[in-house]
Amino acid sequence: MEFDNVMLSRLLTGMTLSFHIIFATLGVGVPVMISLAEFIGIKRKDPHFLLLARRWARGFTISVAVGVVTGTAIGLQLSMLWPSFMEVAGQVIALPLFMETFAFFFEAIFLGIYLYTWDRFKNRIYHWLLSIPVMVGSSSSALFITTVNSFMNTPQGFELKNGKTVNINPIEAMFNPATPSKVLHVISSGYVTCAVILAAISAFAILRGRRGEYEKKALRMTMVCTLVFSIFTALAGDLSAKFLAHRQPEKLAAAEWHFNTETGADLIMFGSLDRHHDVHYEIRIPKMLSFLSGNSVDTKVIGLNDFPKDERPPLIIHYMFDLMVAIGVFLTAVSALYILLWAFKKKEWNKWLLWAIVASGPLAVLAIELGWMLDEVGRQPWILRGYMKVADAATKGNGVGLAFTLFAILYFILTIMCCFVLSKMFKNNPAEVELERRFPYVDPK
Amino acid sequence: MSLEIVGITVLWTFLYGYLIVASIDFGAGFFDFYGKITKQEHVMNTLISRYLSPVWEVTNVFFVFFFVGLVGFFPAAAYYYGTALLIPGSIAILLLAIRGSFYAFGNYGSRRSLVYSFLYGATGLLSPAALSTTLTISEGGFIEVKDHKVHFLANKLFASPYSWSVVFLAIVSVLFISAAFLTYYADRANDLKARTLLRKFALFWSPPTILASLLVFWGLKVHNPVHYDRALDYWWMFALSLICFLTAVYFIYRQKRFGTAFIFVMLQFFFAFFGYGVSHLPYILYPFITVHENVTNPAMGTSLVVAFIFGLLLLIPSLVLLMRLFLFDADYVRGKK
Repeated sequence: MEFDNVMLSRLLTGMTLSFHIIFATLGVGVPVMISLAEFIGIKRKDPHFLLLARRWARGFTISVAVGVVTGTAIGLQLSMLWPSFMEVAGQVIALPLFMETFAFFFEAIFLGIYLYTWDRFKNRIYHWLLSIPVMVGSSSSALFITTVNSFMNTPQGFELKNGKTVNINPIEAMFNPATPSKVLHVISSGYVTCAVILAAISAFAILRGRRGEYEKKALRMTMVCTLVFSIFTALAGDLSAKFLAHRQPEKLAAAEWHFNTETGADLIMFGSLDRHHDVHYEIRIPKMLSFLSGNSVDTKVIGLNDFPKDERPPLIIHYMFDLMVAIGVFLTAVSALYILLWAFKKKEWNKWLLWAIVASGPLAVLAIELGWMLDEVGRQPWILRGYMKVADAATKGNGVGLAFTLFAILYFILTIMCCFVLSKMFKNNPAEVELERRFPYVDPK
Repeated sequence: MSLEIVGITVLWTFLYGYLIVASIDFGAGFFDFYGKITKQEHVMNTLISRYLSPVWEVTNVFFVFFFVGLVGFFPAAAYYYGTALLIPGSIAILLLAIRGSFYAFGNYGSRRSLVYSFLYGATGLLSPAALSTTLTISEGGFIEVKDHKVHFLANKLFASPYSWSVVFLAIVSVLFISAAFLTYYADRANDLKARTLLRKFALFWSPPTILASLLVFWGLKVHNPVHYDRALDYWWMFALSLICFLTAVYFIYRQKRFGTAFIFVMLQFFFAFFGYGVSHLPYILYPFITVHENVTNPAMGTSLVVAFIFGLLLLIPSLVLLMRLFLFDADYVRGKK
């Protein structure tokens, strides 16, 4: 590996994005969870749920702050590290980028209002109403920014003539073929990740012996949300696979180690690859890949050998794909099992199951990271598929290595600080104590 | 009005918006830290955090808005500035990142630590310095193009008296704007102690602000005489700016009408900033990028303007709501809510 500007720019962008998407994902899903909890709390007049919303919102402020600053970083880095790309594509994708900022603006305004008006209205529902623009803002910024990424995968809505972009149609560029499946997948996986992270926190508290009504209600609610959202995510994932088969077959082929074009293609899970592209130790489900690609075992799936060598994505994305899917299945199974046990009044507080829920939180974040890596690495060598290669887009300026080091230090410090501040915030102020302070008439048992 | 003029006016207005709200924010961070180390914490720190907490995020968006819009309307700017500003831009992002996150750690976290406020206060003065270098670079002379490669001449920037005068102006005007606003805010809160202290700050920073402005004029004359001559064509804007400044200081000195005084501070910077901006045209980056040659294609330009209008229809009522709840709600400002 040569550490030239191209490689360093890729590494820096990758590092910033991997760090940012953790907070961006929280930013998309947590407002939904807060809003739901507050709504249930108001409707059932249940102080536990009201407190839940409030405590989640308090932790959320920290992640929003880090999300905002890293988002600003990636926004500027786009132009600083990929100036040639932005000069060409900037004219085509400026609209969604601009609209994303509007959505973010909208969210920022109402989040500020929401966080500082908890006890300001006589009728609590007015406060809850403020959470709607927050959700609308955060989910639509995810939508707009995802259309930009979709555009990079399936560019359309412009022509390239002698290095100049002409005949631009901003709407066509925004609603490119990758947009629907990608937006659905990004938003639903964001929701499920947040539900399961909050579930993991509650499960951990219960395992540590805090078995109050507050924790139990929190876990039940978050587990129901996890199940619902993970089913949506799986459906969106299926749409994405069909989209890939249709429009970006080289990515699917690389992710599936599918080399020869054929009908009745097998689905390969895990395994290893030798020099002759023979697969060993794999789990093989016959004809499943064809079925996934087009709902019929007779679907023809294009293999990687049909593409020129220098346009094939790296084969490592196979593992990212498999791990992401495996984690998704795991989350669905754990939440379904928990809900069944709860419904049939069986051992809902089983220690092993609770540990599985605790593990689900970090695993969900890992799945998000893997999914994005699959998406991004899977379109190598292109930055703008079919139009511009990554190697031609990177900056020619000096100092990328220095910038990389500076940002690595920044993200390291932010990670440590974030964990430290968040854990202190809740350790110093346990739920029972806060419940008693805010709602003195409620029996904490 | 042609598309490029609409575009640059929109962007410039947002940058002006950022100048005002960010100055309040940057300066507040510094005063917050200063209050802590001089043990005057009780006097103004609660006041400052009462104002900042609900709005700090919004401040940041003005900035994001500006650079996203600039890239959209003038894609060539992304190429030149992007290549040239890799290191200075990264440093500015780092400063903003430290500021934003440590503000949240300090204010929402359970512990208020002096280290957090130091980082927040120090970056509050360094950020405007770092950001203002972009304006300096736009005057030309700090970027050269050789063999189709853009080079940033960092040494020249460090050696330039003009560049330092801009940095000086950025820092003192941040402190002046912020103190003027917070004096008004303290007045609304009926917080006499904080008002007295902040009024002193406002008066203290007013002479350096004007001095720095004159220095910048002198620096511009040496560095870019073409622009300087164009600026003289708009002398009346700078004269209006001076009159507004004098009016504002008069009100603050006589301890009356702090709200009107702050409006005059805003007008002072409005005239100066737009006078500077309009005389800078048609160049965005002298002499490489002009608004006429490097504007985005009409289809994108039109859709950006449409998006902008719809966006404003959404934002303005929301901003009004935000201000009514936190800025003009006397009970909130006084700490009763």
